[in-house]
Amino acid sequence: MQTTSDQTLIARIAAGDKVAMQVLYGRHHVRVYRYLVRLTSDAGLAEDLVSEVFFDVWRQADRFEGRSQVSTWLIAIARFKALSAMRKRTEDGLDDEQAAAIEDEADDPEVAVQKKDTGALLRQCIGRLSPEHREVIDLVYYHEKSVEEVAAIMEIPENTVKTRMFYARKKLSELLKAAGVERGWP
Amino acid sequence: MTTTGKATQRRTPEQDIEELLPWHAVGTLSRRDAARVEAALSADPELARRFSLVREEQGETIHLNETLGAPSGRAMEKLFAAIDADVAVHPRRAKPAARFGAWLTDTIAALSPRTLAWTATAAALAIALQAGLLVYMGQGGSGTGYETASYGDSAAAPGTQLLIGFTPEASAADITRFLEARKAQIVDGPRAGGLYKVRIAETALPQPELARALDEIKASGLVRFAGPTE
Repeated sequence: MQTTSDQTLIARIAAGDKVAMQVLYGRHHVRVYRYLVRLTSDAGLAEDLVSEVFFDVWRQADRFEGRSQVSTWLIAIARFKALSAMRKRTEDGLDDEQAAAIEDEADDPEVAVQKKDTGALLRQCIGRLSPEHREVIDLVYYHEKSVEEVAAIMEIPENTVKTRMFYARKKLSELLKAAGVERGWP
Repeated sequence: MTTTGKATQRRTPEQDIEELLPWHAVGTLSRRDAARVEAALSADPELARRFSLVREEQGETIHLNETLGAPSGRAMEKLFAAIDADVAVHPRRAKPAARFGAWLTDTIAALSPRTLAWTATAAALAIALQAGLLVYMGQGGSGTGYETASYGDSAAAPGTQLLIGFTPEASAADITRFLEARKAQIVDGPRAGGLYKVRIAETALPQPELARALDEIKASGLVRFAGPTE
């Protein structure tokens, strides 16, 4: 049997079908949440924003034109919500010490090298990238977005997407090298 | 922002290929670009070695994200409470296709006893037409985009799944509570007859346990139909 497509679900949501909303939520809420956690470094805020993202889908489903994948549309909404929330947090004078709360759970680079756990070291270094480099790495490797989709989500030209990914990877190699792992690239 | 200026520098064909490696690893390049990268990888062992670094980065990025967990049930409760409130204030106007579907259902429901003899034929017609409507609605957008393996066909995931039809009176909040109480998840639907595929357990339940679960679900008062998927 064939699975109902996301586009069909959006059409049904636009017609007021709440159970179609349940299905769409079931399919995508975990990835949207993880994207938000990585962007905000705040699991509590990410959870609040997940509800808001899908509520926007409920309100705007009739405006979805099908030019992108539904998952790309969801990530774009999530990004807008996260950036707005983080801007508001800054304006409210709240510091964002949550940063690094997630990525620092692993061993530090030196310990990881001593243990010869290069996987853990790589994850540690990914967590130490700048937010914009980390975001492009996540969108490409984890969310499996194409150049065009990343450009649409991050609102930057396609060539910039490619170079940003290249420099994110280069920075990753530099961080690894500083931690004692020479990859022979770049 | 550090890369915009660099993006405008002239790039060599080798650099172009190198930049495409991450997208080649996840399979999102066009057929033409994928062929270019494949040819370069075959001809250049050093590029192939660098591609293995990309695969390594990809694997660890997935690993990192998979450790981030999932939102609690509170997020879904909050969402559907907001939706119920929104529906109460702004009743939704169905799109033409959905309105026609509703009209068809209402018309068939209003048939007089004299015409009930035709019910079987009418029902078959309704199913055929509604199936056609689903196809029509599904073709509304591009709809042909790729679906990656890890984005997942959750309907095909293992576990115990049931076909469930909710009563028309069941609200979204009722359904949310129903699912949460049983740690269940809607994985597909609606299918013909308004049935949904619901996963009620991560593992295949033994027959007696499945029968008990079915009885309990039928007794919930929220379902008009519940049965095994096959």
